[in-house]
Amino acid sequence: MRYESPATTKEAVALLAKAKGEAMVLAGGTDLLVRMKTGLSDPALVVDIKRIPEMSEIKTTANGFRIGAAVSGAQMSAHKALCKAWPGVVEGTNLIGSDQIQGRCTMVGNLCNASPAADSVPAMIAAGAKAVVVGKGKRRTVPVEKIVTGPGTTSLKKGEVIEAITLPKPAKRTGDAYLRFTPRTEMDIAVVGVGISMTIQRGVVKKARVCLGAVAPTAILVPGAARVLVGSKLDDVALDKLAAACSKACKPIDDKRGTADYRIRVAGVLARRAAKIAYQRAGGAA
Amino acid sequence: MSEAVMVSTKVNGDVVEFACPTDEVLLDSLRDRVGVTGVKEGCGTGDCGACSITLDGQLVCACLVLGVEAGGREIGTVEGLVEDGQLHPLQEKFIEHAALQCGICTPGFLVAAKALLDNNPKPSETEIRYALAGNLCRCTGYDKIVRAVQAAAKDMRKSSSRSKKR
Repeated sequence: MRYESPATTKEAVALLAKAKGEAMVLAGGTDLLVRMKTGLSDPALVVDIKRIPEMSEIKTTANGFRIGAAVSGAQMSAHKALCKAWPGVVEGTNLIGSDQIQGRCTMVGNLCNASPAADSVPAMIAAGAKAVVVGKGKRRTVPVEKIVTGPGTTSLKKGEVIEAITLPKPAKRTGDAYLRFTPRTEMDIAVVGVGISMTIQRGVVKKARVCLGAVAPTAILVPGAARVLVGSKLDDVALDKLAAACSKACKPIDDKRGTADYRIRVAGVLARRAAKIAYQRAGGAA
Repeated sequence: MSEAVMVSTKVNGDVVEFACPTDEVLLDSLRDRVGVTGVKEGCGTGDCGACSITLDGQLVCACLVLGVEAGGREIGTVEGLVEDGQLHPLQEKFIEHAALQCGICTPGFLVAAKALLDNNPKPSETEIRYALAGNLCRCTGYDKIVRAVQAAAKDMRKSSSRSKKR
Protein backbone atom coordinates (compact mmCIF):
# COMPACT_ATOMS: atom_id res chain seq x y z
CA MET A 1 0.00 0.00 0.00
CA ARG A 2 1.25 3.41 -1.00
CA TYR A 3 0.58 6.27 1.40
CA GLU A 4 0.62 9.86 0.23
CA SER A 5 -0.15 13.06 2.13
CA PRO A 6 -0.21 15.82 -0.48
CA ALA A 7 -0.24 19.52 0.40
CA THR A 8 -2.82 20.61 -2.18
CA THR A 9 -6.18 19.42 -3.47
CA LYS A 10 -4.74 19.44 -7.00
CA GLU A 11 -2.06 16.94 -6.04
CA ALA A 12 -4.61 14.76 -4.26
CA VAL A 13 -6.83 14.72 -7.34
CA ALA A 14 -3.87 13.89 -9.62
CA LEU A 15 -2.83 10.99 -7.38
CA LEU A 16 -6.36 9.56 -7.28
CA ALA A 17 -6.98 10.06 -10.99
CA LYS A 18 -3.96 8.08 -12.12
CA ALA A 19 -4.16 5.41 -9.42
CA LYS A 20 -4.31 1.80 -10.50
CA GLY A 21 -6.36 -0.47 -8.29
CA GLU A 22 -8.30 0.60 -5.23
CA ALA A 23 -7.53 4.19 -4.21
CA MET A 24 -9.02 5.65 -1.05
CA VAL A 25 -9.13 9.10 0.51
CA LEU A 26 -8.12 9.12 4.17
CA ALA A 27 -9.66 11.87 6.28
CA GLY A 28 -10.47 10.79 9.84
CA GLY A 29 -10.01 7.11 9.03
CA THR A 30 -12.77 6.05 11.41
CA ASP A 31 -14.50 4.11 8.61
CA LEU A 32 -11.57 3.37 6.26
CA LEU A 33 -9.24 1.86 8.87
CA VAL A 34 -12.02 -0.38 10.17
CA ARG A 35 -12.74 -1.50 6.60
CA MET A 36 -9.05 -2.24 6.09
CA LYS A 37 -8.79 -4.16 9.34
CA THR A 38 -11.85 -6.28 8.58
CA GLY A 39 -10.72 -6.96 5.01
CA LEU A 40 -13.55 -5.04 3.32
CA SER A 41 -11.02 -2.69 1.79
CA ASP A 42 -7.46 -3.35 0.60
CA PRO A 43 -6.35 -0.14 -1.09
CA ALA A 44 -3.27 0.10 -3.30
CA LEU A 45 -3.17 3.83 -2.59
CA VAL A 46 -4.29 5.90 0.39
CA VAL A 47 -4.33 9.68 0.00
CA ASP A 48 -4.32 11.42 3.38
CA ILE A 49 -5.97 14.85 2.98
CA LYS A 50 -5.22 16.17 6.47
CA ARG A 51 -2.12 18.09 5.37
CA ILE A 52 -4.08 20.12 2.83
CA PRO A 53 -4.69 23.50 4.48
CA GLU A 54 -7.99 24.34 2.74
CA MET A 55 -9.36 20.94 3.71
CA SER A 56 -8.37 21.30 7.36
CA GLU A 57 -10.09 24.51 8.39
CA ILE A 58 -13.48 26.09 8.91
CA LYS A 59 -13.73 29.40 7.08
CA THR A 60 -16.36 32.04 7.67
CA THR A 61 -17.16 33.58 4.29
CA ALA A 62 -19.51 36.33 3.13
CA ASN A 63 -21.94 33.60 2.07
CA GLY A 64 -21.70 31.47 5.20
CA PHE A 65 -19.28 28.73 6.18
CA ARG A 66 -16.83 26.54 4.34
CA ILE A 67 -15.94 23.41 6.28
CA GLY A 68 -12.93 21.52 4.91
CA ALA A 69 -13.29 17.81 4.20
CA ALA A 70 -10.72 16.91 6.87
CA VAL A 71 -12.32 19.01 9.64
CA SER A 72 -13.18 16.80 12.63
CA GLY A 73 -16.35 16.80 14.68
CA ALA A 74 -14.32 18.16 17.60
CA GLN A 75 -13.17 21.11 15.48
CA MET A 76 -16.78 21.85 14.54
CA SER A 77 -18.07 21.80 18.12
CA ALA A 78 -15.25 24.18 19.13
CA HIS A 79 -16.27 26.72 16.45
CA LYS A 80 -18.62 29.12 18.22
CA ALA A 81 -19.99 30.94 15.16
CA LEU A 82 -20.79 27.67 13.40
CA CYS A 83 -22.50 26.27 16.51
CA LYS A 84 -24.60 29.42 16.74
CA ALA A 85 -25.56 29.49 13.06
CA TRP A 86 -26.22 25.78 12.45
CA PRO A 87 -26.55 23.99 15.82
CA GLY A 88 -28.42 21.08 14.21
CA VAL A 89 -25.58 20.36 11.80
CA VAL A 90 -23.02 20.42 14.61
CA GLU A 91 -25.20 18.24 16.85
CA GLY A 92 -25.76 15.73 14.05
CA THR A 93 -22.01 15.47 13.46
CA ASN A 94 -21.29 15.25 17.19
CA LEU A 95 -23.53 12.19 17.45
CA ILE A 96 -21.00 10.16 15.44
CA GLY A 97 -19.25 7.88 17.93
CA SER A 98 -17.35 8.69 21.10
CA ASP A 99 -15.10 11.64 21.97
CA GLN A 100 -12.22 9.57 20.55
CA ILE A 101 -14.08 9.25 17.23
CA GLN A 102 -15.05 12.94 17.31
CA GLY A 103 -11.34 13.78 17.38
CA ARG A 104 -11.03 12.32 13.87
CA CYS A 105 -14.38 11.80 12.14
CA THR A 106 -15.49 14.23 9.44
CA MET A 107 -18.79 15.24 7.85
CA VAL A 108 -17.47 14.51 4.39
CA GLY A 109 -16.29 11.07 5.45
CA ASN A 110 -19.70 10.43 6.99
CA LEU A 111 -21.27 11.52 3.68
CA CYS A 112 -18.98 9.54 1.38
CA ASN A 113 -19.19 6.38 3.51
CA ALA A 114 -22.77 6.56 2.25
CA SER A 115 -24.50 4.77 5.10
CA PRO A 116 -28.26 5.40 5.06
CA ALA A 117 -27.98 6.05 8.82
CA ALA A 118 -25.21 8.68 8.69
CA ASP A 119 -26.07 11.23 11.40
CA SER A 120 -24.55 14.35 9.86
CA VAL A 121 -26.23 13.92 6.48
CA PRO A 122 -29.93 14.72 7.16
CA ALA A 123 -28.84 17.77 9.16
CA MET A 124 -26.61 18.98 6.30
CA ILE A 125 -29.34 18.45 3.71
CA ALA A 126 -31.93 20.24 5.87
CA ALA A 127 -29.53 23.18 6.21
CA GLY A 128 -29.06 23.40 2.44
CA ALA A 129 -25.41 22.34 2.52
CA LYS A 130 -23.46 21.93 -0.69
CA ALA A 131 -20.40 19.84 -1.50
CA VAL A 132 -17.44 21.37 -3.33
CA VAL A 133 -16.38 18.53 -5.66
CA VAL A 134 -12.96 18.82 -7.27
CA GLY A 135 -11.86 16.67 -10.19
CA LYS A 136 -9.01 16.95 -12.65
CA GLY A 137 -9.16 20.47 -14.04
CA LYS A 138 -12.67 21.21 -12.84
CA ARG A 139 -14.66 21.89 -9.77
CA ARG A 140 -18.41 21.79 -9.20
CA THR A 141 -20.72 22.61 -6.35
CA VAL A 142 -23.35 19.95 -5.72
CA PRO A 143 -26.24 19.90 -3.24
CA VAL A 144 -25.38 17.32 -0.55
CA GLU A 145 -28.55 15.32 -1.35
CA LYS A 146 -27.10 14.57 -4.82
CA ILE A 147 -23.94 12.88 -3.49
CA VAL A 148 -25.17 9.57 -2.07
CA THR A 149 -26.85 7.30 -4.63
CA GLY A 150 -27.43 4.22 -2.45
CA PRO A 151 -25.94 2.30 0.49
CA GLY A 152 -22.16 2.57 0.05
CA THR A 153 -22.31 4.35 -3.32
CA THR A 154 -21.88 7.99 -4.36
CA SER A 155 -22.10 10.08 -7.52
CA LEU A 156 -18.39 10.99 -7.30
CA LYS A 157 -16.35 9.92 -10.32
CA LYS A 158 -12.86 8.41 -10.26
CA GLY A 159 -10.38 11.10 -9.32
CA GLU A 160 -13.00 13.34 -7.75
CA VAL A 161 -12.82 14.42 -4.13
CA ILE A 162 -15.00 16.59 -1.96
CA GLU A 163 -12.83 19.48 -0.81
CA ALA A 164 -15.33 21.10 1.52
CA ILE A 165 -18.94 21.48 2.57
CA THR A 166 -20.49 24.92 2.36
CA LEU A 167 -23.31 26.05 4.57
CA PRO A 168 -25.23 29.22 3.73
CA LYS A 169 -25.35 32.15 6.08
CA PRO A 170 -28.67 31.51 7.82
CA ALA A 171 -31.41 34.03 7.03
CA LYS A 172 -32.71 36.00 10.01
CA ARG A 173 -34.92 33.96 12.34
CA THR A 174 -33.68 30.63 11.03
CA GLY A 175 -33.27 27.58 13.22
CA ASP A 176 -32.26 23.97 12.63
CA ALA A 177 -32.28 20.75 14.59
CA TYR A 178 -31.31 17.12 14.18
CA LEU A 179 -32.67 14.31 16.30
CA ARG A 180 -32.04 10.64 16.01
CA PHE A 181 -33.53 7.71 17.78
CA THR A 182 -31.31 4.96 19.15
CA PRO A 183 -32.13 2.37 21.81
CA ARG A 184 -29.07 3.54 23.80
CA THR A 185 -28.11 7.10 24.70
CA GLU A 186 -24.60 6.96 23.20
CA MET A 187 -22.44 4.94 20.82
CA ASP A 188 -25.22 3.62 18.62
CA ILE A 189 -26.46 3.85 15.05
CA ALA A 190 -29.63 5.72 14.13
CA VAL A 191 -32.88 3.79 13.81
CA VAL A 192 -34.37 7.02 12.47
CA GLY A 193 -32.82 10.48 12.05
CA VAL A 194 -34.62 13.73 11.26
CA GLY A 195 -33.06 17.05 10.27
CA ILE A 196 -35.23 20.15 9.96
CA SER A 197 -34.42 23.77 9.26
CA MET A 198 -36.90 26.61 9.04
CA THR A 199 -37.13 30.37 8.71
CA ILE A 200 -40.00 32.17 10.41
CA GLN A 201 -41.54 35.63 10.32
CA ARG A 202 -43.84 36.86 13.10
CA GLY A 203 -44.17 33.29 14.26
CA VAL A 204 -45.22 31.98 10.84
CA VAL A 205 -43.02 29.44 9.05
CA LYS A 206 -41.88 30.96 5.75
CA LYS A 207 -39.41 28.34 4.56
CA ALA A 208 -38.58 24.84 5.71
CA ARG A 209 -36.52 21.83 4.75
CA VAL A 210 -37.12 18.38 6.20
CA CYS A 211 -34.76 15.44 5.70
CA LEU A 212 -35.05 11.88 7.01
CA GLY A 213 -32.23 9.42 7.63
CA ALA A 214 -32.10 5.63 8.16
CA VAL A 215 -35.57 5.08 6.65
CA ALA A 216 -34.59 4.61 2.98
CA PRO A 217 -31.48 3.60 0.96
CA THR A 218 -30.27 7.22 1.23
CA ALA A 219 -31.18 10.21 3.36
CA ILE A 220 -34.31 11.68 1.81
CA LEU A 221 -35.43 15.27 1.46
CA VAL A 222 -39.21 15.41 1.97
CA PRO A 223 -40.60 18.52 0.26
CA GLY A 224 -44.15 17.45 1.13
CA ALA A 225 -43.30 17.55 4.83
CA ALA A 226 -41.76 21.01 4.47
CA ARG A 227 -44.83 22.29 2.57
CA VAL A 228 -47.25 21.48 5.40
CA LEU A 229 -45.14 23.58 7.77
CA VAL A 230 -45.01 26.68 5.58
CA GLY A 231 -47.72 29.18 6.50
CA SER A 232 -48.31 27.57 9.90
CA LYS A 233 -47.39 28.72 13.37
CA LEU A 234 -46.34 25.14 14.08
CA ASP A 235 -49.67 24.37 15.74
CA ASP A 236 -50.82 20.83 16.45
CA VAL A 237 -52.56 20.53 13.08
CA ALA A 238 -49.32 21.40 11.24
CA LEU A 239 -47.33 19.02 13.43
CA ASP A 240 -49.80 16.19 12.77
CA LYS A 241 -49.52 16.80 9.03
CA LEU A 242 -45.72 16.92 9.30
CA ALA A 243 -45.65 13.60 11.14
CA ALA A 244 -47.96 12.00 8.58
CA ALA A 245 -45.93 13.32 5.63
CA CYS A 246 -42.68 12.05 7.16
CA SER A 247 -44.10 8.62 7.94
CA LYS A 248 -45.49 8.38 4.41
CA ALA A 249 -42.09 9.20 2.86
CA CYS A 250 -40.31 6.33 4.64
CA LYS A 251 -39.20 3.27 2.72
CA PRO A 252 -37.36 1.48 5.49
CA ILE A 253 -36.06 -2.02 5.99
CA ASP A 254 -36.45 -4.36 8.96
CA ASP A 255 -33.19 -4.96 10.76
CA LYS A 256 -31.89 -5.76 14.23
CA ARG A 257 -32.30 -2.12 15.30
CA GLY A 258 -35.95 -1.80 14.38
CA THR A 259 -38.74 -3.02 12.13
CA ALA A 260 -39.92 -1.07 9.11
CA ASP A 261 -43.27 -0.31 10.82
CA TYR A 262 -41.49 0.95 13.89
CA ARG A 263 -39.23 3.23 11.85
CA ILE A 264 -42.23 4.66 9.97
CA ARG A 265 -43.93 5.53 13.23
CA VAL A 266 -40.83 6.92 14.94
CA ALA A 267 -40.05 9.14 11.91
CA GLY A 268 -43.26 11.06 12.56
CA VAL A 269 -42.66 11.35 16.29
CA LEU A 270 -39.08 12.58 15.87
CA ALA A 271 -40.06 15.03 13.12
CA ARG A 272 -42.55 16.72 15.48
CA ARG A 273 -39.86 17.06 18.17
CA ALA A 274 -37.18 18.30 15.77
CA ALA A 275 -39.59 20.83 14.25
CA LYS A 276 -40.35 22.26 17.69
CA ILE A 277 -36.65 22.68 18.46
CA ALA A 278 -35.92 24.29 15.08
CA TYR A 279 -38.89 26.63 15.54
CA GLN A 280 -37.70 27.70 19.00
CA ARG A 281 -34.19 28.25 17.69
CA ALA A 282 -35.64 30.43 14.93
CA GLY A 283 -37.11 32.58 17.69
CA GLY A 284 -40.65 31.20 17.67
CA ALA A 285 -42.56 30.87 20.95
CA ALA A 286 -42.71 27.25 22.02
CA MET B 1 4.43 -6.70 2.09
CA SER B 2 3.72 -3.02 2.36
CA GLU B 3 6.40 -0.44 1.78
CA ALA B 4 7.88 1.22 4.88
CA VAL B 5 8.33 4.91 5.56
CA MET B 6 10.55 6.59 8.16
CA VAL B 7 8.39 8.35 10.70
CA SER B 8 9.71 10.97 13.09
CA THR B 9 7.37 11.94 15.87
CA LYS B 10 7.20 12.89 19.54
CA VAL B 11 5.90 10.50 22.15
CA ASN B 12 5.36 11.97 25.62
CA GLY B 13 7.81 14.74 24.75
CA ASP B 14 10.58 12.47 23.46
CA VAL B 15 11.57 12.45 19.79
CA VAL B 16 11.29 8.95 18.33
CA GLU B 17 11.97 7.61 14.86
CA PHE B 18 10.90 4.34 13.39
CA ALA B 19 10.45 2.61 10.03
CA CYS B 20 6.75 2.05 9.63
CA PRO B 21 4.92 -0.13 7.11
CA THR B 22 2.35 2.15 5.45
CA ASP B 23 -0.62 -0.01 6.43
CA GLU B 24 0.37 -0.38 10.10
CA VAL B 25 -1.85 1.31 12.67
CA LEU B 26 -0.29 3.66 15.21
CA LEU B 27 -1.37 1.33 18.02
CA ASP B 28 1.01 -1.35 16.69
CA SER B 29 3.79 1.16 15.95
CA LEU B 30 3.65 2.49 19.51
CA ARG B 31 3.63 -0.95 21.10
CA ASP B 32 6.02 -2.83 18.81
CA ARG B 33 8.38 -0.16 17.51
CA VAL B 34 8.44 2.52 20.20
CA GLY B 35 7.90 0.16 23.13
CA VAL B 36 5.07 2.16 24.66
CA THR B 37 2.93 -0.73 25.84
CA GLY B 38 0.54 1.27 28.01
CA VAL B 39 -1.47 1.62 24.81
CA LYS B 40 -3.67 -1.48 24.80
CA GLU B 41 -5.48 -3.25 22.01
CA GLY B 42 -9.07 -4.15 22.77
CA CYS B 43 -11.31 -4.23 19.73
CA GLY B 44 -9.03 -2.67 17.13
CA THR B 45 -12.03 -0.94 15.53
CA GLY B 46 -12.48 2.22 17.60
CA ASP B 47 -15.25 0.94 19.83
CA CYS B 48 -13.56 0.19 23.15
CA GLY B 49 -11.10 3.04 23.78
CA ALA B 50 -8.36 0.83 25.28
CA CYS B 51 -5.87 2.43 22.87
CA SER B 52 -6.87 6.03 23.69
CA ILE B 53 -4.01 8.49 23.16
CA THR B 54 -3.74 12.16 22.39
CA LEU B 55 -2.57 13.24 18.94
CA ASP B 56 -1.60 16.92 18.93
CA GLY B 57 -3.65 17.21 22.11
CA GLN B 58 -6.75 15.60 20.63
CA LEU B 59 -8.13 12.39 22.14
CA VAL B 60 -8.19 9.62 19.52
CA CYS B 61 -8.05 5.83 19.24
CA ALA B 62 -4.56 4.73 18.17
CA CYS B 63 -6.12 1.78 16.31
CA LEU B 64 -7.82 4.23 13.92
CA VAL B 65 -4.67 6.16 13.04
CA LEU B 66 -1.99 4.95 10.63
CA GLY B 67 1.53 5.00 12.05
CA VAL B 68 2.69 7.04 9.04
CA GLU B 69 0.15 9.75 9.89
CA ALA B 70 2.01 10.48 13.12
CA GLY B 71 4.97 12.15 11.38
CA GLY B 72 5.64 15.55 12.95
CA ARG B 73 2.78 15.19 15.43
CA GLU B 74 2.86 14.98 19.22
CA ILE B 75 1.56 11.86 20.89
CA GLY B 76 0.55 11.51 24.53
CA THR B 77 0.02 8.14 26.22
CA VAL B 78 -0.62 6.94 29.75
CA GLU B 79 3.15 6.77 30.29
CA GLY B 80 3.20 10.57 30.02
CA LEU B 81 0.85 11.02 32.96
CA VAL B 82 3.59 10.43 35.52
CA GLU B 83 5.56 13.55 36.34
CA ASP B 84 8.87 13.37 38.25
CA GLY B 85 8.00 9.87 39.35
CA GLN B 86 4.71 11.09 40.82
CA LEU B 87 1.52 9.38 39.75
CA HIS B 88 -1.12 11.69 38.26
CA PRO B 89 -4.06 12.42 40.64
CA LEU B 90 -6.28 10.35 38.32
CA GLN B 91 -3.95 7.37 38.76
CA GLU B 92 -3.92 7.85 42.54
CA LYS B 93 -7.70 7.99 42.68
CA PHE B 94 -8.15 4.98 40.40
CA ILE B 95 -6.07 2.99 42.90
CA GLU B 96 -7.82 4.46 45.93
CA HIS B 97 -11.31 3.80 44.56
CA ALA B 98 -10.38 0.38 43.14
CA ALA B 99 -11.50 1.63 39.76
CA LEU B 100 -9.83 -1.24 37.97
CA GLN B 101 -9.76 -4.97 38.06
CA CYS B 102 -8.04 -6.61 35.09
CA GLY B 103 -6.48 -3.31 34.03
CA ILE B 104 -6.67 -3.60 30.25
CA CYS B 105 -9.05 -0.66 29.90
CA THR B 106 -7.35 1.47 32.56
CA PRO B 107 -4.73 3.33 30.46
CA GLY B 108 -7.43 4.32 27.98
CA PHE B 109 -9.74 5.49 30.74
CA LEU B 110 -6.93 7.53 32.31
CA VAL B 111 -5.98 9.23 29.03
CA ALA B 112 -9.64 9.95 28.19
CA ALA B 113 -10.38 11.21 31.71
CA LYS B 114 -7.35 13.49 31.60
CA ALA B 115 -8.51 14.89 28.24
CA LEU B 116 -11.89 15.58 29.84
CA LEU B 117 -10.45 17.30 32.93
CA ASP B 118 -8.05 19.39 30.83
CA ASN B 119 -11.08 20.92 29.08
CA ASN B 120 -13.57 20.77 31.91
CA PRO B 121 -12.11 20.83 35.45
CA LYS B 122 -15.54 20.45 37.06
CA PRO B 123 -17.57 17.94 35.05
CA SER B 124 -20.94 16.69 36.26
CA GLU B 125 -21.48 12.95 36.63
CA THR B 126 -23.44 12.97 33.37
CA GLU B 127 -20.63 14.79 31.57
CA ILE B 128 -18.12 12.25 32.88
CA ARG B 129 -20.28 9.35 31.72
CA TYR B 130 -20.70 10.86 28.25
CA ALA B 131 -17.00 11.73 27.97
CA LEU B 132 -16.05 8.15 28.86
CA ALA B 133 -18.71 6.51 26.70
CA GLY B 134 -16.00 5.57 24.22
CA ASN B 135 -14.16 3.53 26.85
CA LEU B 136 -15.45 0.08 27.69
CA CYS B 137 -14.73 -1.77 30.92
CA ARG B 138 -16.04 -5.28 31.35
CA CYS B 139 -15.05 -5.61 35.04
CA THR B 140 -15.99 -2.70 37.26
CA GLY B 141 -19.42 -1.63 36.10
CA TYR B 142 -18.12 1.94 35.65
CA ASP B 143 -19.35 3.36 38.95
CA LYS B 144 -15.96 3.22 40.65
CA ILE B 145 -14.35 4.78 37.58
CA VAL B 146 -16.78 7.69 37.66
CA ARG B 147 -16.18 8.16 41.42
CA ALA B 148 -12.42 8.11 40.88
CA VAL B 149 -12.63 10.76 38.16
CA GLN B 150 -14.85 12.93 40.37
CA ALA B 151 -12.40 12.58 43.28
CA ALA B 152 -9.40 13.37 41.07
CA ALA B 153 -11.15 16.42 39.61
CA LYS B 154 -11.85 17.68 43.12
CA ASP B 155 -8.21 17.17 44.17
CA MET B 156 -6.90 18.86 41.04
CA ARG B 157 -9.17 21.86 41.55
CA LYS B 158 -7.93 22.18 45.14
CA SER B 159 -4.27 22.04 44.18
CA SER B 160 -4.71 24.45 41.26
CA SER B 161 -6.42 27.01 43.54
CA ARG B 162 -3.59 26.53 46.06
CA SER B 163 -0.95 27.20 43.41
CA LYS B 164 -2.87 30.28 42.25
CA LYS B 165 -2.88 31.70 45.81
CA ARG B 166 0.85 31.20 46.10
